[in-house]
Amino acid sequence: MGGYFNNIDRFSVWLTESAIRFRYLVVLLLVGVAVWVGSGGRHLEFANNYRVFFSQDNPELTAFEALQATYSKNDNFLFVIEPADGQVFSQSTLKAVEYLTEQAWQIPFSSRVDSVSNFQHTYATEDDLIVEDLIYERDRLTEQDLLEKSEIARSEPLLLNQLVTASGQVTAVNVTLQYPEKSLTEVPEAVAFARDLKAQLEADYPGMKVSLTGVSMLNNAFTEAGMNDASTLIPMMFLVIVVLTLVILRSVSATFTTVVIIMLSSMVGMGVAGFMGVKLTPISGSAPVVILTLAIADSIHILISLRVAMKEGMAKSEAIVEAVRLNFLPVTITSLTTIVGFLALNFSDSPPFWHLGNITAVGIFVAWLLSITLLPALMSILPYKVKKVAQAKNDASSVQDGHASEGHFSEAHYMDKLAGFVIKRAKLLLLTIGTGTAVLIAFIPTIEFNDQWVEYFDERIEFRTDSDRAMQYFGMYPVEFSVPAIGPGGVSEPEFLTKLEAFTEFLRQQPEVAHVYSISDIMKRLNKNLHEDDASYYRTPEDRELSAQCLLLYELSLPYGLDLNDRINIDKSATRVTATLHNATTAETKAFLERTDQWIKQNFPDYMQQTKPTSAQVMFTYITERNVDNMIGGTIAAIVVISLIMMFALRDLRLGLLSLVPNGLPILATFGAWALLVGEVGFSVATVASISLGIIVDDTVHFLSKYVRARNERQLTAADSIRYAFRSVGVAILVNTVILVIGFLVLTTSAFKVNADMGLLTALAIGFALILDFLFLPALLYVMDGKKQVTVSEGENYAKTH
Amino acid sequence: MRKLINPLLWAATPVIAMGILWSAAVLGATATDIVAYAQPSASGETAVRGETEAQRKGFAIAARSDRSDRGFKDNEVSLNMVLRNAAGEESTRALVITTLEVPDESMGDKSLILFNTPRDIEGTALLSHAKILDPDNQWLFLPSLKRVKRISSRNKSGPFVGSEFAFEDMTSVELNKYDYEFLREEICGELMCDVVARYPRYENSGYTKQVTWIDQQDFQVRKIDFYNRRDALLKTLTLEDYRNYNGFWRAHTVRMVNHQTNKSTDLVYGEYKFNVGLTDSDFVKGRLSRLR
Repeated sequence: MGGYFNNIDRFSVWLTESAIRFRYLVVLLLVGVAVWVGSGGRHLEFANNYRVFFSQDNPELTAFEALQATYSKNDNFLFVIEPADGQVFSQSTLKAVEYLTEQAWQIPFSSRVDSVSNFQHTYATEDDLIVEDLIYERDRLTEQDLLEKSEIARSEPLLLNQLVTASGQVTAVNVTLQYPEKSLTEVPEAVAFARDLKAQLEADYPGMKVSLTGVSMLNNAFTEAGMNDASTLIPMMFLVIVVLTLVILRSVSATFTTVVIIMLSSMVGMGVAGFMGVKLTPISGSAPVVILTLAIADSIHILISLRVAMKEGMAKSEAIVEAVRLNFLPVTITSLTTIVGFLALNFSDSPPFWHLGNITAVGIFVAWLLSITLLPALMSILPYKVKKVAQAKNDASSVQDGHASEGHFSEAHYMDKLAGFVIKRAKLLLLTIGTGTAVLIAFIPTIEFNDQWVEYFDERIEFRTDSDRAMQYFGMYPVEFSVPAIGPGGVSEPEFLTKLEAFTEFLRQQPEVAHVYSISDIMKRLNKNLHEDDASYYRTPEDRELSAQCLLLYELSLPYGLDLNDRINIDKSATRVTATLHNATTAETKAFLERTDQWIKQNFPDYMQQTKPTSAQVMFTYITERNVDNMIGGTIAAIVVISLIMMFALRDLRLGLLSLVPNGLPILATFGAWALLVGEVGFSVATVASISLGIIVDDTVHFLSKYVRARNERQLTAADSIRYAFRSVGVAILVNTVILVIGFLVLTTSAFKVNADMGLLTALAIGFALILDFLFLPALLYVMDGKKQVTVSEGENYAKTH
Repeated sequence: MRKLINPLLWAATPVIAMGILWSAAVLGATATDIVAYAQPSASGETAVRGETEAQRKGFAIAARSDRSDRGFKDNEVSLNMVLRNAAGEESTRALVITTLEVPDESMGDKSLILFNTPRDIEGTALLSHAKILDPDNQWLFLPSLKRVKRISSRNKSGPFVGSEFAFEDMTSVELNKYDYEFLREEICGELMCDVVARYPRYENSGYTKQVTWIDQQDFQVRKIDFYNRRDALLKTLTLEDYRNYNGFWRAHTVRMVNHQTNKSTDLVYGEYKFNVGLTDSDFVKGRLSRLR
């Protein structure tokens, strides 16, 4: 056992001495390689398609892709127009709508434009069937005509609440796009054009408010949120780190070294991602911030030890070797657990989390590597002076342990006081904190999952404000159904159409539903048109031939850009129904889907039972559950691996298992606190457990290893061992926690809610971990070990001292 | 294959060279020469339109192609329309198209489309009197209603019964629907083609322009690229398997591919019958119900 530690010591001493000997070469080589790998970052681009949030075998995504392959894709822009005078059917507003309808064809990749002006109005005069734009030759329309047009539009199921409000005060123009999906510039190109149109309209019609939303704007918002984060969070994080390191290390050289190391670490992490062809999302885009936060710990631990050693009178290079030797094992172990926690993200269903996990794991690995190689080399080159303390401190252990609070007698004093308090009030603390945590945990079941993609973005992103505005008038969240009929042409069967109409009516009655688009309405209108506009024929046709011929007529009447394939599949054996939901929460959507499923089971004949909901909204509705389900496995794997690492690190099975308490409880307490304070959470929640586990375990490692050493090596009592642990690592743990909490709090300023949630949850977990590590764990140790006699375990005396 | 084509190309070189000389000559020629070259003959013929040489030459080439079809009187053909979506799923419709030539170039031809399958649209018939610049006159007979409905619609570029063809792509090309511009000469398959852009003169077209490849041997259209309202390539039409019926050329495999949606439609024609003896009275709405 002792030999093992000696070997590690020898290795670290050899490594550090070599690094110092060949310092210029080491710096040149490591910085060179890191910069070269980091140059892979030039390949990084932000993805602009919400589908990247779903893995290729996500069942909801597969279903949605199948639907889009059968019918048509539904990338779109939705322009919502609020005229100054609140009149859609006025000459001025209609002129604007006409202009937009015409110009929207010029938006790159647009394939279809729908507005009240180009709506294909059909009516009959005797045996003439007239198909024309609802607004044709606008200049000639009188007030009376406009009133009639308004009436037609507002009683047309295809338009009402989709392109015009019931009040007739607000209208929308929908533009469908077909992206070739060959380049990432497609979406921004289309968006730039659409924004220009919006600006033009608002300039030409003072007082008119145009909101621009739709799937294309959503996709673009991912890029914008990512860019926004990259340009605000990363500089903020750097500033925070420079200030913190300067305060803690009080040395420009040490701060410079730290900043170089963490910068290279995140560069390499991102560079590897770039070489791997990862498409960034705001989630994986937060990796640099996470790496900066986590990578700093290794350097800080070593640099604090260096300072202590030099204060004790060691020469610089000697002190560097000593500082690395002392920290080699703890730094390795804490890096390892953090890497495990992040790698566990690969269990998630969402590729952006895989990327975040892997990029961060690489970054942490590089930070570890550079801390034990580049750091010694750089520090031996850079000027670094520490005032020697005339008199060695009473506690000889401080040098060995490195984390001792050296000259900070006041801090050490506080730690002593804290230790005394915990020992004195052990039982009370156990009881209070135990109950408190239990109460918090009891609230976990009240957490509600909510993944409304509009709300992923905060108000800094234009998409959010525009969508919020648009949602006051129109639905935003479509849910698609493909309703199957029997065989080719089966959609014309009267029974099918009757059931389809009933389904359409059912959907329309649901409180969450703003609009339903179904061919049953078109069939009813055409049937009426074919019977000289006799209102009693406003129903689905009663024989198959008539329906089929109606459809043929409809196909013949469709204008450029429109085709039936959008609604009916190619052999007419299934049709698509779209229900657009208001601003429904995930829970409301789920309730709606369940009700719909129930209705289908009860009312549809066997051959229509395969009707299943699908759409982005459906995908996001289940994204949290799916991720939580997958991450349970990932988190368990992380717990097992991390516990094994703990047992190995502490050389003690019992303490290894005990460490699960201060490691697991903070995470549970966090979810409980979240349930109390916020109540709802998006899919980031799934990943927080494994991330924070890997991070908070570090403090426990430090605390328990010192405790074990005091017990075994120094044969101290439980109380004294606790005091020893507090004194030697208390300040370091505190400093570490402050850095981590601040780092993750920086993440909460992200414009992307998933990141902000993840940041706040992790910061909470780290905060809770500190409370538990300082107040609960020692109390637990004291209560468990306090009565027992000190055990001398089979010569296990951690031969670490010279 | 390459070995076969190369000697052919070599053999074609003098022809190509002559072609180039010839076109240079044409380009240098006066407008009246072009009219002469376009061989004006029958009545109702419009004079060469265009302000630049390229425009007049484009018009002349299109006119020669259009007039190569002059005098076919009437014909009848059955065809299968195969619709294919991006996922490769197919659906077939069988129809018969009868066309009556209207000699006046300022008037469009008359056509009658009878649907045979699928069964539920059997007997449905569409009569169309093509207009050059105005909306076409269309009547649809619905057997289930036993009635003829006149359809009044300004849509010429809408898809024809779910296919990738717009109605304006299906009906015979009318010379005066477009303005022309000669672009270049280019090898097309084994032939030499004139590449001519044409620009719709009528309202409500879905296209800003079409680029046509017309071969210099038989003056037939081999390929058309359709450009949408943004002037981006939307669809490509290829016409193959041309057969000669007593001097009249007809393509028998015609395919339209939509580059935006990756959907396509094939029209597979059977044998054409010419001189079926049809007259104007067969192309009136009253006849629609008696086709079956």
